[in-house]
Amino acid sequence: MDTVISPTVALDRVTKRYGRTTALDRISVAIVPGTFVAVIGRSGAGKTTLLRTLSRAITPTDGTIRFGGQDLAALRGAALRAHRGRVGMIYQQFNLVRRLRVLDNVLVGRLGRLQSWRRWAALARRFSDADRAVAFRCLHHVGLLDRVWQRTDTLSGGEQQRVAIAKILAQEPALVLGDEPVASLDLMNGGLVMATLRDVATRAGLTVIATLHHVDYARRYADRILGLRDGRLVFDGPPEALTDLALMDVFGEFPERDVPAAVFPLSTPAWLPSVAS
Amino acid sequence: MVAIGRVVTSPLSALGADAELRVPPLRSHVGRHVGLTVLLALVFAAAAHVIELRPLELFRDAGNIARFLRGYLNPSFAHVGEYAWQCVVTVCIALWGTLLATLISIPLGLLGARNLAPHPLVYLAARRAMDLLRAVNEFVFALMFVTAVGLGPFAGMLALGIHTGGVLGKLLSETIESIDPGQVEGVSAAGATRLQTIAFGVVPQVLPNFVSYLLLRFESDIRSASVIGMVGGGGIGFYLWDTIRAFNDREAATVILLIVAMVMAVDVVSSRIRRLTI
Repeated sequence: MDTVISPTVALDRVTKRYGRTTALDRISVAIVPGTFVAVIGRSGAGKTTLLRTLSRAITPTDGTIRFGGQDLAALRGAALRAHRGRVGMIYQQFNLVRRLRVLDNVLVGRLGRLQSWRRWAALARRFSDADRAVAFRCLHHVGLLDRVWQRTDTLSGGEQQRVAIAKILAQEPALVLGDEPVASLDLMNGGLVMATLRDVATRAGLTVIATLHHVDYARRYADRILGLRDGRLVFDGPPEALTDLALMDVFGEFPERDVPAAVFPLSTPAWLPSVAS
Repeated sequence: MVAIGRVVTSPLSALGADAELRVPPLRSHVGRHVGLTVLLALVFAAAAHVIELRPLELFRDAGNIARFLRGYLNPSFAHVGEYAWQCVVTVCIALWGTLLATLISIPLGLLGARNLAPHPLVYLAARRAMDLLRAVNEFVFALMFVTAVGLGPFAGMLALGIHTGGVLGKLLSETIESIDPGQVEGVSAAGATRLQTIAFGVVPQVLPNFVSYLLLRFESDIRSASVIGMVGGGGIGFYLWDTIRAFNDREAATVILLIVAMVMAVDVVSSRIRRLTI
């Protein structure tokens, strides 16, 4: 895996208003490269708005987002499209093309990087050996090399989400954003996907920012947790700092313990090469 | 003995079915049904008058029909080779007509799908173009092409292809409008160009349905091609028209038999292939 170091993401008083409602209220936060950030909060707290602001699917009303020497908030036209191509998006419903083979779905990640006639050859699903090698390496990285020729919809939800991670790795992004990446997975598979995202952050040096509504996932896997409430940043700190009192600030009430601790694979899964290497 | 909980006789009484709740009485629709029936009867009676519906003539002219049947029950096989060859011509007209239709329908269908059209005006233009092609019957197109390119199978194939192109384009655009947008977003968000997004995100989703529609339309094109010769579009249709008009009942019977056999054979083969694609 090529080591891609994300630039630092620095938000300064980022605000998004829809008419009279304020979805994001002066969010200021700086994230160092290679951090796995979990964004928690109730529905409607602004988690998804924050994510869509970073992917620049929406434009903030106010404030700046420094990222790799650019102000994302000010990007327009070709520069904006280029930024979107450098963001790897992970979705709750995976958003893989279900009828395509696993390999083709990972190769989709290469589409934005093709040059000249290769862009046209791709229409007939003809990719260079180099691009195919990247796809195989990315699949190997998420432990699904044995599924490469299978039709994507024959895989389980957890496996599909890991294929989606392989796809955004193939994209060689500068930033990975996850919109509830584990919300539709069971605990075991959710844990595997979280461990894979963690590994992407630590080993590939990528900044991963994911919204989560299971607090325990955030506690177990994230390096840093951001808590949003009514569009304001009410918590920012490492998992250890997220006390029950702090959770009250974020959720307004004491949240039920939704995830039994015993289910999580706390150690790195066997198919992931160890981080130390 | 200590009573634990309430004594209930059914789950409903356990719910404490509310005696106060008033259920509205069933409304009667008899008046509306009678009115509707009378209205429909009037419409059909008027239509019968317009089309000069006289069922009794079927019996009064029973002698004619008997003579008719005598001929049709004794097909003549004198020219069966010529008719069989014309059936082959008919299948070829339908094959090329469907190919032309496919080539027309792909761009029209892509531009006429609301979720893919680059601009609302393009969408509207493509929609209207497809409506136009569908609204004009293939026979009308055949009459036009006969004057343009002369009598024969080529005119028939053009007519079929253009009309069916409108039909297939409409079906394709509606299939595209019903696809899962998430899968398309997953491709375009990875930085794919518009064409790449279609090739990877749209085509895999619509292909099985499109192939199925294509084969269905091919079956229907075979039926159309078997009569398009009546207006000079080539194929077996010309012989059908010629023998029936000349009251050559025995020959007409042979032609009809061959058409039925051809249509059935094509339907069987095409539905076999269709089943493979789904």
